Amino acid sequence: MSENRTTDNGRRQFLGGALALGGITVAPGVFLMNVAGAKPAHEAVTSDVRWGLLVDTTKCADGCDACVRACQAENGWGGPDSNEVRSSDDQKAQWIRKVHLRNKQTGSTHSLPLMCQHCEHPPCEDVCPTGASFRRADGIVLVDKHICIGCRYCMMACPYKARSFIHEDLHGQKVNAPRGKGTVESCTLCVHRVDNDREPACVEACAAEGRRALIFGDMKDPGSEISQRLKRLGVRQLRADLGLNPGVHYEGV
Amino acid sequence: MKYDTFREVEGSKGFWTVFALFAAMVAVGLGAAWYMEHQGHWVTGMNNQIVWGTPHVFAVFLIVAASGALNVASIASVFGRVPYKPLARLSGLLAIALLVGGLAVLVLDLGRPDRLIVAMTYYNFKSIFAWNIFLYTGFMAIVAFYLWTMMDFRMRDYNKAAGMFAFIWRLVLTTGTGSIFGFLVARELYDSALMAPMFITMSFSFGLAIFLLVLLGLYHGTGRPIGDKILMRLKNLLGIFVAAVLYFVVVFHLTNLYAAEHAGAERFALLDGGIYTQLFWWVQVGLGSVVPLVLLFHSGLGRRRSSIVLASILVIIGGLAQMYVIIIGGQAYPLNIFPGMEVTSSFNDGVVAAYSPSLPEVLLGLGGVGIALAAVMLGVRVLRFLPDSLEDAQVDPHHARTETGEAEAQPAG
Repeated sequence: MSENRTTDNGRRQFLGGALALGGITVAPGVFLMNVAGAKPAHEAVTSDVRWGLLVDTTKCADGCDACVRACQAENGWGGPDSNEVRSSDDQKAQWIRKVHLRNKQTGSTHSLPLMCQHCEHPPCEDVCPTGASFRRADGIVLVDKHICIGCRYCMMACPYKARSFIHEDLHGQKVNAPRGKGTVESCTLCVHRVDNDREPACVEACAAEGRRALIFGDMKDPGSEISQRLKRLGVRQLRADLGLNPGVHYEGV
Repeated sequence: MKYDTFREVEGSKGFWTVFALFAAMVAVGLGAAWYMEHQGHWVTGMNNQIVWGTPHVFAVFLIVAASGALNVASIASVFGRVPYKPLARLSGLLAIALLVGGLAVLVLDLGRPDRLIVAMTYYNFKSIFAWNIFLYTGFMAIVAFYLWTMMDFRMRDYNKAAGMFAFIWRLVLTTGTGSIFGFLVARELYDSALMAPMFITMSFSFGLAIFLLVLLGLYHGTGRPIGDKILMRLKNLLGIFVAAVLYFVVVFHLTNLYAAEHAGAERFALLDGGIYTQLFWWVQVGLGSVVPLVLLFHSGLGRRRSSIVLASILVIIGGLAQMYVIIIGGQAYPLNIFPGMEVTSSFNDGVVAAYSPSLPEVLLGLGGVGIALAAVMLGVRVLRFLPDSLEDAQVDPHHARTETGEAEAQPAG
């Protein structure tokens, strides 16, 4: 009997310990999940979140292109090691670019990154004949490379010139960013990172430079930094007159 | 007009020589498409700023002209003008042939032409392109049926209805083609509801110019007689259509000029847009509109066949220039993402985009023309599309009474 009791105790202890360990392992994930608002991989994205970017142009330095380089490294386009070897400069893809502005009246200058604006009502999605251009429920606008026929109508329709066409065969692509000749592509808001609770590469790189000119987050979460700052600051969307409600906001222009 | 007077064209040596020329154009065009598809679009002049190049100029021109080519048949069956009746079959054939040629160019210029099946199986019904897939295939089916009602005596009762349906369909179709550009709100030289009616008048004009050349080419080439009466009617109609296009062009630019926000775009289009401004004033307006109007309506010149031929050729050249100015010029002018700002970047923001057509693009476009013309020649060779004679007495039942009078200028309707 006593032997049996000892065994039971041992099993209880083991089960208790295993449960506690499991709890310790899982809990942060569960809590962090709540904090970040990301979804488990097996669940479909929902419109409970709307991912967005805030570009603080007052912190964006004229000569800095850390965001562009980070995007190139993350998604495998452009840069000195570009795999577009035959395309002319005008034909090479640019997912994100630095734009320099000078106000014609006042002479004030600004520098800012420009990429897909992840509109709520994206014209690229409207015009796409096959539905290859689409918007996820969480606001990220993407191209389904399997059904893009390369008609380039989305490029005609985009008010921000955010999309690029691949003019040649490509080799050495990143697993997370498949690209192919004859199809259209653009900034994915690093969807592969966002779905794994990470920030887009450009945002991370900007922070690593110590500028924090790019703020990423869920605009539907009133407690998120991006929501707080959007509420507090005078921000604008590019071509807001078109009523597309882009997910990218600019401050200081 | 009696039905048994329609006859197939004889396959003479000259006929097959001309056919071989068009077939060669098709072969070269297909070769160019194969080259572009295998290499990728880096071998073309197109880039991330000018995403639609010369193939689109040809493709849209042919598609627009296709619906216009049907006009002659519509005038006969919808508006009941008897003299146009003998021409209705050729009109339908030319309409289908031009559309096939234009669509072939459009499809072969896709980044992934091999995925045509995807375009046929995945639809986004919010897209005008998706609507157009149905409008174009529907047009071919309806016009084919319309031709059946013309060519099969037993189907005669359906002719009027088919003609009316085809006429309405073609108006919708060209509205769809114009709206491809008209709905693009972000581009200043596109965004206008005027694009739809302007494209409809352009279709009348380009379609009739091509029809006249094909008609005269076939009749002269095969030695069949064609009288002045029908030609005078057609050339007067062409003049009216050319003037109508000019009217829409004037209204389009006037509307833009009035809005301060479009001052830059209009300055580009009309004054300092380089090749686009030159093409607009010299080729589209001068050679393609004013000169044809003089040739067609001048009291002496207007009665010569050579004037009609020259005017038709100039209308086509002017039409291609107009397409080039609209499609490529409209993309070359920079997007106004930051109003009131001077913009520079590594992606050609704020500057006029550069584009020069490459040989494969031009060859593919000409291949589309070859497809259309070769198809017409095959059609008239194997089926009864052409009347034996288009002499004045054949065309106009009242010919005897009006023989001494002037040819009437009779517009559509």
